[in-house]
Formats: sequence, structure tokens, C-alpha cells
Amino acid sequence: MLRIPCPWCGERDVGEFHCGGEAHIARPSGADTIDDDAWAEYLFMRQNPKGSHHERWSHAHGCRRWFHVVRDTDSDQVLAVYLMNEAPPDLPGRSS
Amino acid sequence: MKRQRFRLPSGGRIDRGDARAFSFNGRRYYGFSGDTLASALLANGVHFVGRSFKYHRPRGVLGSGAEEPNALVQLGAGARTDPNMRATTTELFDGLRAASQNCWPTLRFDIGGINDRLSGLLPAGFYYKTFMQPARLWKLYEKFIRRAAGLGRAPTERDPDRYDQQYAHCDVLVVGAGPAGLAAALAAGRTGARVFVVDEQAEFGGTMLAESGRHIRIRDTSPDAWREDTIAALEDMSDVTVLPRTTAFGYYTHNFIGMLERLTDHLPRAEAGNQARQRLWKLRAKEVVLATGSIERPLVFAENDRPGILLAGAAREFVNRYAVAPGTRAVVFTNNDSAYAAALDMAAAGVAVEAVIDLRTEVEGDLPRLAREAGIPVLQGYAVVATSGRHRVTGVTVMRLNDAGDGVSGTARKLRCDCVAVSGGWNPAVHLFSQSRGKLNFQSEMNIFVPGESVQAARSAGACNGSFSLAECLKEGADAGLAAARVAGFEGADAATLAAIEPADGPQRSLWRVPSERKDARMFVDFQNDVTTKDLDLAVREGYRSIEHVKRYTTTGMGTDQGKTGNVNALAIVAGSLGAEIPAVGVTTFRAPYTPVTFGAIAGRHVGGLFDPVRGTPMHEWHVQCGAKFEDVGQWKRAWYYPREGETMRQAVDREVRAARESVGILDYSTLGKIDIRGPDAAAFLNRVYTNAWTKLGVGRCRYGLMLRDDGMVMDDGVTLRLGENHFLMTTTTGNAASVLSWLEEWLQTEWPELQVYCTSVTEQYATISICGPNARALLGAVAPEMRLGGDVFPHMSMQEGMVAGVAARVLRVSFTGEIGFEINVPARHGRAVWDALIEAGAPHGITSYGTEAMHVLRAEKGFVIAGQESDGTVTPIDLGMDWIVNWTKGDFIGRRSLNRSDTAREDRKQLVGLFTADPQTVLDEGSQIVERVSEAPPMDMIGHVTSSYYSPNLGRSIALAMIRSGRGRLGETLYAPMPDGPIEVTVTSPVFFDPEGTRLNG
Ligand SMILES: [Zn+2]
Repeated sequence: MLRIPCPWCGERDVGEFHCGGEAHIARPSGADTIDDDAWAEYLFMRQNPKGSHHERWSHAHGCRRWFHVVRDTDSDQVLAVYLMNEAPPDLPGRSS
Repeated sequence: MKRQRFRLPSGGRIDRGDARAFSFNGRRYYGFSGDTLASALLANGVHFVGRSFKYHRPRGVLGSGAEEPNALVQLGAGARTDPNMRATTTELFDGLRAASQNCWPTLRFDIGGINDRLSGLLPAGFYYKTFMQPARLWKLYEKFIRRAAGLGRAPTERDPDRYDQQYAHCDVLVVGAGPAGLAAALAAGRTGARVFVVDEQAEFGGTMLAESGRHIRIRDTSPDAWREDTIAALEDMSDVTVLPRTTAFGYYTHNFIGMLERLTDHLPRAEAGNQARQRLWKLRAKEVVLATGSIERPLVFAENDRPGILLAGAAREFVNRYAVAPGTRAVVFTNNDSAYAAALDMAAAGVAVEAVIDLRTEVEGDLPRLAREAGIPVLQGYAVVATSGRHRVTGVTVMRLNDAGDGVSGTARKLRCDCVAVSGGWNPAVHLFSQSRGKLNFQSEMNIFVPGESVQAARSAGACNGSFSLAECLKEGADAGLAAARVAGFEGADAATLAAIEPADGPQRSLWRVPSERKDARMFVDFQNDVTTKDLDLAVREGYRSIEHVKRYTTTGMGTDQGKTGNVNALAIVAGSLGAEIPAVGVTTFRAPYTPVTFGAIAGRHVGGLFDPVRGTPMHEWHVQCGAKFEDVGQWKRAWYYPREGETMRQAVDREVRAARESVGILDYSTLGKIDIRGPDAAAFLNRVYTNAWTKLGVGRCRYGLMLRDDGMVMDDGVTLRLGENHFLMTTTTGNAASVLSWLEEWLQTEWPELQVYCTSVTEQYATISICGPNARALLGAVAPEMRLGGDVFPHMSMQEGMVAGVAARVLRVSFTGEIGFEINVPARHGRAVWDALIEAGAPHGITSYGTEAMHVLRAEKGFVIAGQESDGTVTPIDLGMDWIVNWTKGDFIGRRSLNRSDTAREDRKQLVGLFTADPQTVLDEGSQIVERVSEAPPMDMIGHVTSSYYSPNLGRSIALAMIRSGRGRLGETLYAPMPDGPIEVTVTSPVFFDPEGTRLNG
């Protein structure tokens, strides 16, 4: 039962949120020209790390806004929260 | 009133003026207010209370609290019966009814006891070895094994009780109200922090409640005086919440704690009244202080499971707290000093203590000295090597231990006794700490696991931290409470250390299995699941190395007690067999809940009609009045069909389907998802989310659209209407309304933030009434005289606004049945009035309301798919034969690239076809598998499955839609649906069964 800090509403129970999986996966443009492998990489391949993980979350039962969360998948600690149009923050001592 | 033979004449925390009658196995007994069921049974001399799980051996009360593995009883009767209740934590009330479990026909004469004689045939893993081959017979065995093994009976009636749930936040949660917890709560409370202090017992005090008070003092006064002062101080603090009878059972992420408060379980039915029975607390604490105490571990010795053999700390608690003598002649068997307190307290209560058998050769603590001074014989360097007695222990045999502790020698001495108090040391109760994901450290001096570094905002204090003396408990508790409050943002001064006077303990001697000269004697490690040292040895011999595997193979620690008394002994024994150090073997994972939690508390008020919200349309009451049967679609109640008197479902649906084709049918379509989409980029956005093109759609026109996920699989479909240059109204399937809105928002916010588009759910703002059939136009004309309905001015797939039955309406000419159809949208509050007007105006046409079943038949006759029925997340539009809706020239859209992936472009994918059964009256089961060739028995090569299947009254035969491998190339082929009663022959057809030219749509 995590607490997720929504950038607009503040810290709320995880039950109000929806996790949208790994963040910063660029959707290839000019889709016709890219090969099956590169498309499959975008569609299916995810890092699933133990430790620091950049994720997309939406405050589904709140403001319905999407934002980014850096979460430690092992300890469930929320390491950073930033907006959709922001670059990931530097987290000292952690690989991203 | 009957005499309680083992009740001490004075003392204890019971109210002798408040006698309570109860029954056990049908016999009537008396106890007192303040008793537990266990103490009351012992007061009446009842030690033999149950039989063990596997061997059905007679078992007695072992402990005095949550750790109890033996004294599990069935409480109450009927709808209010509870299995597996620990007699040691069940407060006695007047009229309590309890019965033993695991025995039949009676406790004393139990047929399952034959398992004990056959124990050689029931070693560890016997399920796996004996019953798995041949696999076919497992079904037969399983029934008998389950019946023979069951731990108590679950109630079969609906639970009549109510359960509450409550969310709460606090600065400091203190779990446990023994000396450490009370000190912590007091220190935290004095800072002004919001404090919760919870304890599973009715009374706060923890182990202090079991003290005689003779040997210890706190600040020049009795420990009980300090306890009472502290509780009074806590109750006076307005920001401190004091919760007795509350078990913190689960420690979850981000300091979220699950707690079960028992509100009425200790009351007779009449007094419980209408109160909620239990309350589940969902508490979020800034800081947690764990003061959960310790659990005594038994010694593992030969025949250590007879009734009358109990933990020394429990013996002491029965004497001091409940004024019950655990026997008349006691033997104490120990490896540490703490059991001497039990010997002293029993002796002081008049129990003849035959001897203290101590594994240690040197015994020098304060308590042993006091015991010697009291004249209690102490046998140092001795071990109990055997016990006797069937339904109660009658004596023990002791012999001298060798120096290594792995053998015994000399003459065997027999001591007569009816009670053996055993102590193998104390395990810190690290359950919650471990659940919080904190790692445990092994402390080899006392052979215990203690909390290491905390992962969450928690700290441990007192015995659960491996600090057993009263002085340490008080100091660590006060320090932890103050530190927690300070971290939570409060200020407080350091308090003076409380002086405590108590006996000093000497070192203990850990012998994980006490040797016996009898090699065949059984030594029980896990009492509840009947796991012996031999079972553990067998598991190691058979190659199990991981303690987690040994646990599952032998079932050690897998009972309802989760091995609170047995686990550390078990892993130490396994470590010994493996020749490994205990920390190298590790501990099994501690899992929530600490003690069992009722399903009722977990469900709370979310039962019956409150289980899930129920959504009804504005016309819902009309359907109810007309006798509709309803089906659940998500949270919606949708009219399924409207049976008339004497009609079967099939007859009703046939009638409704025919009416829609022959005259006019009316359907409540209000549940359709409706999303208002606006903005300068709305059309461009729809171009990207649908497979077809939208920019050129005229205002006032509508179009069918298909939505894919980016992997190319069909997600949803529906008709979208253009209301203005930058304004659309999208419809979705009933079940996907919320997920499609989320889908649109996700793409707008995460992938295409440059698009200026706004989405609003308007599903509940409109009532939608669908009418269809040859007389639909005439009917609409009757209630909307001002609208022009001719095909030339109001063609298929267009919209008009106008007055319908006096209400401003938006009317779409669309069809999901193949007939001329109109979808009338009005503000939800006018839905019923317009519906009534249509029903009235339709009377001359014999207007017939139809439900979702008839709707499904009508659309299946036309081969129209339903997203989620024909498609299942693995189906592309091409698989559905809907290539016509994929626009390859308009640019990118969601799923486009995936349609060219090698797998999605395969020729032999499952494709949508129709099926005709050889016998036109046979209706296939939806979900039936389809094969080319039928074999005697499975496996057969399954080439597809039936997705929709109905009887079509318009065709006078059954029809089915199916997804079949390379289906479109199989038209005319004969295939089979293998069923238990034999295969059903089918012929592959086109999926459009009725009016393939679509002439009726414009008729
Ligand atoms: Zn929010």
C-alpha cells in the first residue's frame, strides 16, 4: 500500500492511482520504415529492474493527470516525481 | 456451581464474583470473568483439548497466547461458528460453546487416531509420494484426505454479523503494550504526538500480567502499580488512542499497518447487540515502534507432546494471572533461568515441584538460587528422555547428559508428575519487523534472530529486539517512543531512566534436540502439523537444502499458528543435519497475517448490495415493472429479456427478435459509453485513434470506428458523430466506457501533448433509446411530427436534432440489427417520459421491448462483431474480415505498424467465420473448441473456437460465429465441436447470415 505524491494533488493512497508501466519509451516515428525487431522492441521489451525504475502513473481517481515517478521496485520507496514534459532528475548514486 | 478443582484459592486477575458457565464438547463447566477458555478448562482439570492434525494424537494446552498450536477449537454454532480459534486467546463469556477439532466421533475415542499407529506410513511428503500416482486416482484420494485432515468446519450459512473498517493516520504507532510498549507510548504521547497504542490482549501489560510481582520492582513500587499509572496517563492524553483487543497483523509498504480490533467476540450474544463484531483498521503511521515481545520456544525431546506438557512461561501465567494450577505435581525442564520463575511461582501456589531438570551443568542465576533456597530439587546436566501418559502426562524419565550434549548415560530415573513446564529460551517476536522487509540478524549468544536495520520508518524495543530484562525493556521503549515522536516532528525532553529491580539471568544452553536412549522416540517440532525431527531429517536425507523447501515438504510452520513455537527449532535442527550454521540456513519468510483475520473483517461493509455500485438507466424501473430479467454488464444492470407469463427464455427472445424484424422493437441503449470530444485537433486525434479516416466526415454525419491497441489488436468499436467542425461525440461499448476514456487521455497527455483536444465522459448525461424495424420510421414520425424522416433527408449514418415527444432530442439514424433504426438521445432526466411516449405510440404496431439477448441474436444474424466477444485481445481487424475499415493512406494510427508484423500478417491466423450445425436445432456452446478430426480422446488439434452462438428465429435454425484457423479459406468445410456427449458436426459459412445485401437497411 504505497503513497504516491501527485504533483498536483499531493500525497495520496496508491488505490487512487493507475500505474502505466515503464516511462521514456519513445514511440518510433515514421512507423512504416522501421523493421519488425525495432517495432517489437518498442511494443514489448521492458527493463523490469530490481531497484530504481522510471514509471508513468496517472491519478485516475483524482485529477486524472499523468506524471512520472521514480520508484525503487525493491523497497517501494518513491525516489522522485516529475511532470510528463520534464526530463528525469539526476539521482545521486543510482543508475537510471 | 461445580468446583473448579485446579483453581487456586486466591490471587489472579480474575473476578471470582463473576462466574461464567460455558460448555466444552457438550459438557458444562464454570470459569470466571478474566479467564480465557484455556485457563477455564485447566481450572477444571481439562488438559486434553484436541487432537493433532496428522496423527490425531491427544494434545493439550501448550502456550497461553497467540503462539498456541494445539488448543484450537471450534467456537459457537450455526452461522456464527468459527474454526481454529485459539483457546488461549478466547476470552471466556457466559454461554460460550466450544468443541474439539480433528476428532471423530469423540475426543477420547477418535477413529483417526489409527494414523498414529500407522505413522511409519505417513512420513514427510507422504501426500506427494503416496497419492500422486496414478494421477487419475488423485481425485478419489483427495476427497478422503481433505475430510480426514480438515482443521475445523467453516460455517455454511451467511455471516449474520457486521464488520467495520476504518482508515486512520497517526504520528507514532506502538504495537504491543507490555513494559516496552507502554514506556514507548508514554514517551511519545508526552510530546503531543498523535499516538496509537495497540495490544492483542484485553488488558495492557504483556508479560507483566503473568508476573507474581514477588521478584521485581519498578521505581520502588510493584510493576502492576506502574502499569496502572501508565495506562491511566495514556488514557488521559487526548491525542493518544488506546486500542486493546487489537492485533496489528500486517506491516505493509510505506508504514501501512493492518489491525484487527475485536469488538464483541468476548461478549455473550445478548450483550453484543447490533454492534459491529470486528473492526479492520487501515492505519498509516509516520513512525512505528514495535514492542511485540517474545515467544517461548519449547525443548524438542522424546514424547514431548502429551497433554500436561506446556511452556514454562504459560504455566507461570496460568498460576499468576488466572489463579489456575497447571497440575498437582510438576516437573520443570529447561535450558535457561526463566523457567525457575515458573517453578517458584507454582511452588508458591501449592503445586508440588518434583524437580527442575536443567540441561546446563552450571546454573548460577538469581532465580535458580531462589529455587534452591525454596527447597526445589535441581538436577543439573540432566535431560528428560521419555514421558508417559495417554490422555495426560503421568511421568517423565530423566538421565544424565554427556558433556557434548548428544547422548545420555547412567540410570534412568522416573519422576511422577501431571504437568511438565518446558523452556528452550525465548524467540523475539520479529514477525512484523520481518514483514516490513527488515533483515534479521542472528545473535549466537542466545541463538535468536533479532531485528537488523529497519527498511521502513520503524524501530524495535524490548524483548522483540532481543532485550529481555525489564530494565532494558523500559529504557528501550522510552527511548524508541521519544525518538519516533521526534522524527515525526515533535519535541520532548529525555525522561529519567526508570529503575527496575529484577533477578539476573545466567547463560542458557541450546540443545536443539535433547538426546534420548530410545532411537524410535518421536520428538515433535511443529505440534500443529505433527512434524517431528525424523521428518526434518528425512527431508535433508532426500536432498532438500533450502529451508523454504524443507518447510513445504514437511509442512513445518504451515499451520494456522505459522510455526510460532516451532520454526526456529526446526531450522536449527535442519542446520544441524546439514552441518551448517543457523544463519547460513536462514529463516523462512514471515507473512501477514500474524494471526488469522476473518474474511468478514476484510470484506467489511462491502457485502451484498454494497459489494459493488449498481448502475441503472433512467428507464430501469420500467424494465423492472415489465418483468425483465437483468444481466450485469460491468456495474450496469441491463434488461436481458422480458419473459411473458409462461414463456421460456428461448420463447421470449425469439418473440423479441421476430418483432424487431417484422414490426418495431425498442431497446434501452443508455449504457453505451459516450465521450464528448472537442478541440481544434479533435478530427486529427480521431484519425490517430481509429483505423479509418475522420477529417472529411461532414457535420451531422456519423461513422463506425474501430480502435486498436498499438499491438494491432482490436480494443473497442462504436459510432462517432460529428457535431461541429471541432466537436465529436464518441460512443463506446458499455463495458469499455471508462477504459476508452482513460486510453484517449493517456495518448493525449503522454504521447501527443501538442494536440489540443478535451475529452469528457457524458455517458450518464443522456438516455439513449434505440428503435428498429420496418415500422420504426412510422413510430418516430408519430412522436416527432416536426422531424423530416424520409430516406432522402435523413439517410443512414446521419443525425438530426428535433423534438421527440416534446423533448429536445438528438436522433441518429444508425443500425446494429440490419433494420432501419433510430437512436434517440435525450437528457437523462427525460428518458423515461420519452420511452413511455414511444411505448404508447408504438402500441398500434405491437411495439416490443427487447433486451440484450435479442440484440445479440439480431446482430449475430448480420455478422456484426462485438468487441470483447468475437475479439479477445489477440484479434486484428483483418482477422475479423474488416479490412475495409483500415485506411492505409491517411497516415499513422494506433496499431497500424503492428498489422504488418510477421505474426499479425500470417495467413493462417484465426479468422471470423459462421458455423451451421448439421442439426439446425442444435445450438453450440459458446467457447466450444473446433477440430478438423475427432480422435478417441484428447489431445486433438484445436483450430478455433465458437465466439457467439444463438438460435435464430428469423432463419429457423441455429447460427454461430467462430474464430477458425485460416477460416476464410474453409467455406463449406465440415468441422467438429467435440463435446462430452459426442462431437457436433458443423459446416463453415459466411459470418453474415441474414440479408447479406443490406436491402432492409434502406427499405
Ligand atoms: Zn492528482
